Amino acid sequence: MSTIEVRTEGRQAVVTGPPRLNMTAAPQLREVLAQTVAHGSPQIVVDLGGTTFVDSSGLGALVGGLKTARQAGGDLRLAAVSDQVMTVLTLTSLHRVLRPFPTVEDASREW
Amino acid sequence: MGKQLLVRVLVVLTLVLGTSYVGWRWFFSVRWENWWIAVPLVMAETYALVDSYLFGATVWRMKRRGEAPEPPEDATVDVLITTYNEPVEMVVATARAALDIRHPHQTWILDDGDRPEMRQAADRLGVGYLTRTEDWADRPRHAKAGNLNNALFLTEGEFLLILDADQIPAPEILDRTLGWFRDPEVALVQTPQWFSNVTDSDPLGSQAPLFYGPIQQGKDGWNAAFFCGSNAVLRRDALMQLGIVGYVREVEDGVRDALGASRRILARAARSARQHGPAAVAAVTELRSAAQQASVALRRGEPVGEVTYAFQSAADRASRSLVQSDLEQIRADLAELPPAIDVDEQTGALLVDDEALTLLSERELSPLAAIESVRQLLRAVDVDRADEAQPMMPMATVSVTEDMATCMRLHAQGWRSVYHHEILATGLAPEDLGTMLQQRLRWAQGTLQVLLRENPLVQKGLSAGQRLMYFATMWSYLSGFAAVVFMAAPVFYLVFGVLPVHAYGLDFVMRFIPYFLANQILFMVVGYGVKTWRGHQYSLALFPLWIRACATAAANVFGKRPLGFVVTPKTRQQGLSRFPLRLVWPQLLACVVLTVAVVAGLVRLWTGAATSEIGTGVNVLWVAYDLLIISVIFEAALYRPADTVDDDTHDSSANSKEQIA
Repeated sequence: MSTIEVRTEGRQAVVTGPPRLNMTAAPQLREVLAQTVAHGSPQIVVDLGGTTFVDSSGLGALVGGLKTARQAGGDLRLAAVSDQVMTVLTLTSLHRVLRPFPTVEDASREW
Repeated sequence: MGKQLLVRVLVVLTLVLGTSYVGWRWFFSVRWENWWIAVPLVMAETYALVDSYLFGATVWRMKRRGEAPEPPEDATVDVLITTYNEPVEMVVATARAALDIRHPHQTWILDDGDRPEMRQAADRLGVGYLTRTEDWADRPRHAKAGNLNNALFLTEGEFLLILDADQIPAPEILDRTLGWFRDPEVALVQTPQWFSNVTDSDPLGSQAPLFYGPIQQGKDGWNAAFFCGSNAVLRRDALMQLGIVGYVREVEDGVRDALGASRRILARAARSARQHGPAAVAAVTELRSAAQQASVALRRGEPVGEVTYAFQSAADRASRSLVQSDLEQIRADLAELPPAIDVDEQTGALLVDDEALTLLSERELSPLAAIESVRQLLRAVDVDRADEAQPMMPMATVSVTEDMATCMRLHAQGWRSVYHHEILATGLAPEDLGTMLQQRLRWAQGTLQVLLRENPLVQKGLSAGQRLMYFATMWSYLSGFAAVVFMAAPVFYLVFGVLPVHAYGLDFVMRFIPYFLANQILFMVVGYGVKTWRGHQYSLALFPLWIRACATAAANVFGKRPLGFVVTPKTRQQGLSRFPLRLVWPQLLACVVLTVAVVAGLVRLWTGAATSEIGTGVNVLWVAYDLLIISVIFEAALYRPADTVDDDTHDSSANSKEQIA
């Protein structure tokens, strides 16, 4: 059932977003992000390359993850954002807080 | 359609007559030598005319919706019952009725009181039970808005039916309302609030048939139907979107302010750094340039998350030179200073306390203490919103009445709202004057807070009609000042012969009476079939309350003073057997003064001290009207509800399903 994958490497982790990040998938993503931080990897890149749809609940899970990561001394960044996702980010002006990076490598370059 | 035309004709007539009357008053009949009463009077009349314009705009295009379409297929719904301290039995009755709602849904009790007996009752009923998560400990709780915000992240239905603890829903409530959400832009469907424990004469003015009728329908016509906190269905996605938008705005504002403050603190620390050696100078200088860069980056529009991440990293580097033991001491010192950035206990608005900031930056802080205080400052407002229980607050926390502020933000985001004119839930109104006054005070304060914090006239994203509809409600809460003038003016005339106008002659009467009559007829036609008199009485009779609401809301917004917020008790207050003089003394005093004035006026006319029969006549009638209006408060003060359920409730539930056409 879980379409959310996590690859951890020390303090860093790449979390793959589900195809549809909507109000059904949001609680699951929130949980995965919290677990990842709890297991010692607070520097998270969320790879949205395979995510074709996101709604406000999905964005809510990302903001929740950002909070958890920051409080553990890490950060959360977005990578490979599709056009639909970018539209939602712009509509809510969340891109003013979270910059979407083209690739996972770009997102984690400074770490 | 014929009625709408008649309403429009009457609106035009009232406004033409009113404008010509008030214009004549300003230009030709103000007695400027008595300016101290003449100017307030003409201003009060202007206030009333503006009110007429806003009312006219409201009823200009009343939207009478019929039946909603069928509910969207597979709509998932959470029914959220909010409670704080209401009796468990009351909540249980509401939860039972919620379980009986026909459309598939999940029922939740949101218990802000965190009561074990409430939890047990929920378990017995088989409904969900939610209390605040541990994130809320030691953080602003935001009352009912906070309760709902907490639940929003613990539930997942597409739609949310919100019910106050006393609002018993009808089984068909969702079937009748969900269909409006077939329009993907609709975020809210509000149904009327209607109270089952109110007698026909309704001495406390609990029912609001003019509001839950022509006014809401009128607002609906401008796509501005209001959210009233209960008996409403909301679209989760719309609320979540508000949460994100609000989060971004607050983070941006907070970080900008905090960076500005940090630069002031660091500038000062730089001056004293020299005494602490080259290492301290270097650390402060580095952080100063980091703060400078961060401000520039923010202005350039770079994502806040990156800006603060970079700045926090710089601050970490700068403070790495701190010895841990020093740090402990510095934190203890800082804790003694008043917090420079704080959160309003009740509303959750971010308060940047300039005084405390100045204090912080003027203290001879050691460079290391300055660095640490800057770090703390930024952390409070950073993207993780450490100062709040959760970073996103979809329900607006800017006001003690979360509903209006939330609704206005929804409209500003381009969402639509629907007023569904059918009673689908019945609640319990306050049963004594004291409780009723508390409730009205809270509504008035909340509305005025929104006016002062987020003035609808200048909000981006709202249409002109929506701006006016919000402003109309806020404007109506300023009536207390006008009421005082409308009572004072005839008293000064009757007792001292002080004229605020050139003459209370025929000219005056001929201009005033047609305006007054047109206005009354407009009200009668708009409110045909519903009782509007009580509402009209209370809008003037509660003048002390409205004035208090204005004063406390202004002190809260500008002076950051607490409002004295109270949850409205849903059960009757005990120990009110005596006449509640404490609550109504201003009105009582007004009545005594008005009556004395009438006697004095008649004596003056009889003795020849006053010479104008028309003048005395107009003012005596005027006082009589004032007394008739105020009398409602004494009726309310003397009102004692029956201890058993009224017989009337049978009748009322019978016609409660009826749509009022």
